Amino acid sequence: MKRTLAIAAMATAALTLAGCELGPKQSVQNGHRGTGMDTIKLKKVAMAKDDVPAPPYDMPTGDGPKAATVYQNVQVLGDVTEEQFTYTMAAITNWIAPEQGCNYCHNPENMASDEIYTKVVARKMLQMTRNINTNWNKHVGTTGVTCWTCHRGQAVPANYWALPEPGKKGVIGNLHGQNSPVAASAYSSLPTASLAMYLTGDPKTDKSIRVVSKGIHPSSANTLTTMQTEPQYALMMHLSTSLGVNCTFCHNAQAFQPWNISTPQRATAWYGLRMVRDVNGQYISPLADTFPAHRKGPMGDPFKVSCATCHQGKNKPMDGYKMAKDYPALWGSPVAVPAAAPAAPEQPAAPAVTTATH
Amino acid sequence: MATYQNIFTQVQLRGEPEAGIALPPGSEPRIGKGTFNHLMGIIGHAQIGPVYLGWTGVFSLIFGFFAIEIIGLNMLASVNWDPIQFVRMLPWLSLEPPGPQYGFSPFVPLAEGGWWILAGFFLTASILLWWVRTYTRARALGMGTHVAWAFASAIWLYLVLGFIRPMFMGSWSEAVPFGIFPHLDWTAAFSIRYGNLFYNPFHAFSIAFLYGSTLLFAMHGATILAVGRYGGEREIEQITDRGTASERAALFWRWTMGFNATMESIHRWAWWFAVLTTLTGGIGILLTGTVVDNWYLWAQQHGYASLYPDTGVIDPATQGSSAQ
Repeated sequence: MKRTLAIAAMATAALTLAGCELGPKQSVQNGHRGTGMDTIKLKKVAMAKDDVPAPPYDMPTGDGPKAATVYQNVQVLGDVTEEQFTYTMAAITNWIAPEQGCNYCHNPENMASDEIYTKVVARKMLQMTRNINTNWNKHVGTTGVTCWTCHRGQAVPANYWALPEPGKKGVIGNLHGQNSPVAASAYSSLPTASLAMYLTGDPKTDKSIRVVSKGIHPSSANTLTTMQTEPQYALMMHLSTSLGVNCTFCHNAQAFQPWNISTPQRATAWYGLRMVRDVNGQYISPLADTFPAHRKGPMGDPFKVSCATCHQGKNKPMDGYKMAKDYPALWGSPVAVPAAAPAAPEQPAAPAVTTATH
Repeated sequence: MATYQNIFTQVQLRGEPEAGIALPPGSEPRIGKGTFNHLMGIIGHAQIGPVYLGWTGVFSLIFGFFAIEIIGLNMLASVNWDPIQFVRMLPWLSLEPPGPQYGFSPFVPLAEGGWWILAGFFLTASILLWWVRTYTRARALGMGTHVAWAFASAIWLYLVLGFIRPMFMGSWSEAVPFGIFPHLDWTAAFSIRYGNLFYNPFHAFSIAFLYGSTLLFAMHGATILAVGRYGGEREIEQITDRGTASERAALFWRWTMGFNATMESIHRWAWWFAVLTTLTGGIGILLTGTVVDNWYLWAQQHGYASLYPDTGVIDPATQGSSAQ
């Protein structure tokens, strides 16, 4: 009897601890004492910054003819030297299509041709990267981003989302857009399509993320119900999971709303959310006609970015490793300059201008 | 005499089942003759039955069955009637109240919250009938109705959450969903929306009474078990005729903390603490969104929210950069 009890007790203890992380941890205080504002991290993490691929070869520094004058139909990177251009192209191949190589985007017979859709997408993505590095330094600082920040050697980044299918009628098979343990809602039973409510980049449909009243007593200024608060809560859980931090990384849990007791990271996150909207609205959604069906969600919209697309569980992607400094071609003007010469016989005019590729 | 120093009852008596006192005229017959169960005897009294169900009990069980069926079948339907998915996903599944577009209308399509209203109606009917039962059974035994009024306090909180507050707010969408994780998510979303429920003083009262209840329960349970070797568990006898168990229990606390409850008063303490937990909790919920919309700001106005040093962080939306 005693033996059985002992075995049962040990089995229970083992099962209970199986869900625990036993590795040594480091706790960093990031708020006023007594507020529970701290960040706990594992001392040893499997993924380290040495995952970042090295440049394809030593960065060329010399002056020389610009890419736009050497090659045809170079609309975004035309302002860098031909050497820089080739160097950047080699890096991009390594970041996005290491197995397929140049031909993933280019027709080897005519490198200037836009006939493969991935080349049109890549041009838009280069504009996006330059836009982020030039205009969004309040979020990305001087670290900047590269294609690798999201892609990590894959043609499609691991973390993306698309607009949800419209709600079903009736009760059969109808989870009412919630109650599913998925990453987008941090495996809670909260609404699963909250990203589509806040981060499409379409100012007509994106809702305000703020739910807490500014006054003590009820007023018509804020009539949001508890039920309508849940998608916002799910969005915050998405941020938390994507960055591998808890609420107190940005907020003093005493009150989520006031900025003057929040941490500076909250402002960084605020710009990050607007940056995600900018990326989805200005660079991803306009590619709806370019992408083939298997690169689109059930509603026919391209796969969009969220916080997780870059962050991938780290509060600074790749632990803040300053990778983009090795690629000056990613820091220029995001405006596409139409090609001086025709790209291909069937396309007498350059297809892309500043805002709309198609 | 280590018999009483155990979590489980060590001694079980067997004989003719105790039939209880004769019922007043007009009562219905009790069901069963009474039987004994060893396992039940380990944690409580070994005699099972007879039961007085009466019409309130019968209808309470029927309505309760309806409510559980509506909730369970809706959850089962939501996973396409797949019993394996039902078990796997059960903690996530829910039956949600109607959305804000329906306000407080009783006429809501079944699939969009109508089932929630029906389940709530049947559950409420079941609970209220069970309350009537606790009242009439106590009266039939010539007892006071303390159990019924304690139960009524819990029903008050239940009704505030699911009916009274949604009525005042004019929206079913303020009510709590049926479901394991979903009702917890509701709780967190409720606190986020109304500016941190911890600054709601009635929530604070409720927590104090809840924790106080557990403390009193532990103190009282421990005291009576400790004097069980002197017959301390025969509390009713000790109330009318103080024996050595009662005297020792009283002395223990007088020596330990200078003050002691009496054999009666400890039960009044425990009853009021338990009753006030849900009574104050219900008041706190009812005031949220109806009278106070942001409890943190309310607590600041009343000077009891801690003020932390200003971090100097400014809302970027006020800096004219929202266009970005």
